[in-house]
Amino acid sequence: MESLWPQIEPLLAQVTKPARYIGGELGAQQVEHGPDAVAWLLVYPDTYEVGLPNQGLQILYEILNERPDAAAERSYAPWVDMEAAMRTASVPLFSVEGHHPAAAFDVIAFNLSAELVYTNVLNLIDLAGVPVRAVDRTVDDPIVMAGGHCAFNPEPLADFVDCFVLGDGEEVVGELNDVMAAFRRAPRPAEHGRAALLEALSRVPGVYVPSCYDVAYDDGRLVGVAPRSPGTPERVEKRTITDLGAWPYPRRQLVPLIEVVHDRLNVELFRGCTRGCRFCQAGMITRPVRERPADQVRTMVAAGLERTGYDEVALTSLSSADYSGIEETVTGIIDDPSCSGQVSVSLPSLRVDAFTVGTAAQIQRVRRTGLTFAPEGGTWRMRQVINKLIREEDLYAAVDAAFSQGWKRVKLYFLIGLPTETDEDTLGIVALAKQCVAIGKRYHSSVTVTASVGGFVPKVQTPFQWFGQNTIEELTRKVHLLRDAARPVRGLTIRWHDPKATAAEGIVSRGDRRMGAVIEQVWRNGGTFQEWSEHFDLDLWTDALAAQGMTLEDAVYRHRTEDEVLPWDHLSAGLHRDFLWQDWKDALAEHGLPDCRWTPCYDCGACTGYGVEHVVASAVPPAGGSQGTGQDLSTGGQVPVRFLSAAPSGAAPATAPGGSAAALATEGRS
Amino acid sequence: MRVRFRFSKLGKIRFTSQRDVARMWERALRRAALPMAYTEGFNPRPQLSFGLALPTGAESLAEYVDVALDPERAAAAGIVPSSLPAVLDGLLPEGLHIEEAVAVERSKDSLQQMVTSCSWTMRLAGVDRAELTTMVAALLAADSVPITRERKGREELDDLRPSVLALAEADAATDASVDPTGRTVGLVAELSTRPRGVRPVELLRGLVAVSGASAARPMDGSPATGRPGSIPVLDRACRTEQWIERDGFRQEPLLGRIVPAGADRATHALERVS
Repeated sequence: MESLWPQIEPLLAQVTKPARYIGGELGAQQVEHGPDAVAWLLVYPDTYEVGLPNQGLQILYEILNERPDAAAERSYAPWVDMEAAMRTASVPLFSVEGHHPAAAFDVIAFNLSAELVYTNVLNLIDLAGVPVRAVDRTVDDPIVMAGGHCAFNPEPLADFVDCFVLGDGEEVVGELNDVMAAFRRAPRPAEHGRAALLEALSRVPGVYVPSCYDVAYDDGRLVGVAPRSPGTPERVEKRTITDLGAWPYPRRQLVPLIEVVHDRLNVELFRGCTRGCRFCQAGMITRPVRERPADQVRTMVAAGLERTGYDEVALTSLSSADYSGIEETVTGIIDDPSCSGQVSVSLPSLRVDAFTVGTAAQIQRVRRTGLTFAPEGGTWRMRQVINKLIREEDLYAAVDAAFSQGWKRVKLYFLIGLPTETDEDTLGIVALAKQCVAIGKRYHSSVTVTASVGGFVPKVQTPFQWFGQNTIEELTRKVHLLRDAARPVRGLTIRWHDPKATAAEGIVSRGDRRMGAVIEQVWRNGGTFQEWSEHFDLDLWTDALAAQGMTLEDAVYRHRTEDEVLPWDHLSAGLHRDFLWQDWKDALAEHGLPDCRWTPCYDCGACTGYGVEHVVASAVPPAGGSQGTGQDLSTGGQVPVRFLSAAPSGAAPATAPGGSAAALATEGRS
Repeated sequence: MRVRFRFSKLGKIRFTSQRDVARMWERALRRAALPMAYTEGFNPRPQLSFGLALPTGAESLAEYVDVALDPERAAAAGIVPSSLPAVLDGLLPEGLHIEEAVAVERSKDSLQQMVTSCSWTMRLAGVDRAELTTMVAALLAADSVPITRERKGREELDDLRPSVLALAEADAATDASVDPTGRTVGLVAELSTRPRGVRPVELLRGLVAVSGASAARPMDGSPATGRPGSIPVLDRACRTEQWIERDGFRQEPLLGRIVPAGADRATHALERVS
């Protein structure tokens, strides 16, 4: 492949933050492209600073580059000034390592973490010099793939992406590479070559190829999505890795030359979540819980800090305080002499209870930032609807603990526009926050409580997938309600997400295949970087909807019915549709559902359907584990879980490929 | 214990900022497990002090950083400054290269406060040798060279002339990727840091101002609006020295190499490069 660096270099003097385009990260791989290796370009469709830390992309990058028959590089969305310079100079999208042109790769694979980046996906395909619409591509064009959480409703991008991957990517990426490599070796029939390849890809479990399915409509309503040929599955099931310990990635986390978001070492504690918050798509689609063995966590942290020189490590998951033995793990890191007391640990998603604050005080003794809690709903009634079962007194106890231990800033996350929400629920947000300010005043003369309020967007594969989203006007009214109620409270700040952006997210999140035309028009009219408030423009979206004969009322605000065919019904995250419907009914009945890790199984389908179980070191809830629900915790251990075997300290788990712990500990300069 | 390093910044990494470089040093020092001294307070940081900030996009042969080590632990570990470049060089990203390290006295002035001028070599496109000769002569002959500079978000008028201590043309390597005709011209300069540092782009603005060519903004890539070939465009800039001037003598900050301050300044800078 040819390097475009000579053409790129002169452009860099003209653009902001030019170092976004030079690569050079610790851990970056200078791969050899050749006839025997499938060339992958892994693309995060937002800026370098946002995309580089993405762990999913980094995991696949390493797994692919460990194979002799694959070679992976990375790319990110150039900022608008760079894109303009590139288009003027006829420089296409390029990889940051070798500055190779995107169209020279066999696969261009996108990470889809948020809906509003979809227009960037189209823009990047176009910037690569590849036809934007999949039907216009020839056998010589790269295969455009996409994965990540948003792939669970791929239909809005079905016209542009050749192939979607559902669920965990660790195993399936290799299977996709096998198919691509076989196709590469085969003599290519000039005609039907691409269609044949796509059909072969559609047979890989967990892979959805939209062009292999016919979509039927009746009177403007979707009535079915069915495979064209018998070899293609009627329903695509997500992929699930059963043993996180077998995948100790990233082994060589990328350390960028410039500052990025989440600029720290990240070690994933577990995947999945059993809390069952009904608004949370991540918690629904990543079931069951699979913990990483504690020894492996310690090895990955120690080796990672030594290798990267970072002074902060984040222990990531959807609810890190739920990790079996979280206290011992955290204390082990803090007390490790090699960290010389200068390493801080962060737990990005904290549960609300006093135990958690105690742990936080422990781990933030090096650098103390603000403390964040996410009650999500303003009243107990609301929190039962959304199944975020935090009692008021638990929140106050946690906040009291935080202020008494020296914190002066506390941040609270809330959602508005939730199902059944009344103004009493909305105003409950201010009441809670106000009480938190009062608690803080007992300890400090001046405290800051920030209530950060987001508009709720119903997501697919959750019990709220049938819910009609609040209108822009309704969300705006609620924001004003909150703002007015909070104004007299000194020490309380309300921040909110733009209700217009919430509406645009709603347009794409549950759209069917016809939404592709809307996304394409928004992009053609210049609507890139819609995640960025300075570039977001709702008019682009409503104009495009109108041009396609669609409305916000129907696409976003309408409640879906039980018998309606949903555009993602032919795709599965393992959750039974009747479980989701029952959970939706339970929500409307204000009935909370206790954590399934220490209560009998609700048969959501994730464990039983795939023959896997929660993989945990302990099914006994940690201190404060009932999250204030008064849930009977004595049933812990009676649920279907597989226990992690206790491995001797420092040893690699037997299932790990290539002796992971040893491999982790040694790495030269990349 | 305070160790002063001299290092270079060359190649692609020139597109990183001064802040980025500071963070690269912090990570390298932690990877080397050196007993760094930390600041007090809620948010302890390693005590690093850099010389004059290098503009993003410029290369340098003469960057400096002072690193404070915990004296007791450094002594216990038997740390010898001269051994540190070998340890740290492999831990810094490609493009940063440590030249030398020595122990320095703790001084009340930071490196940044002590540096009085910097020598630069520049490679320009958009003008030919004859045009540059005229511009250089005009600038040196001028009593004042008013240029606009941005300061705290506002445009301000400044006199560039007192800050230009030396200026001369130089041969530059031809590079077809820069100029389709294969022509670039070289410039060497010594620019004062007092009262404010002058950046190479600002020097170019001064050359444009004295030449009477219509205003252009070099570095922003917009097409030149004046006579063809009359607007110099900065292709490369490299800082070759930082100087501390005392009593008519200039001193290089690391080893204290003393050079008389005089008319040969630009020539001297050129010799360093070649």
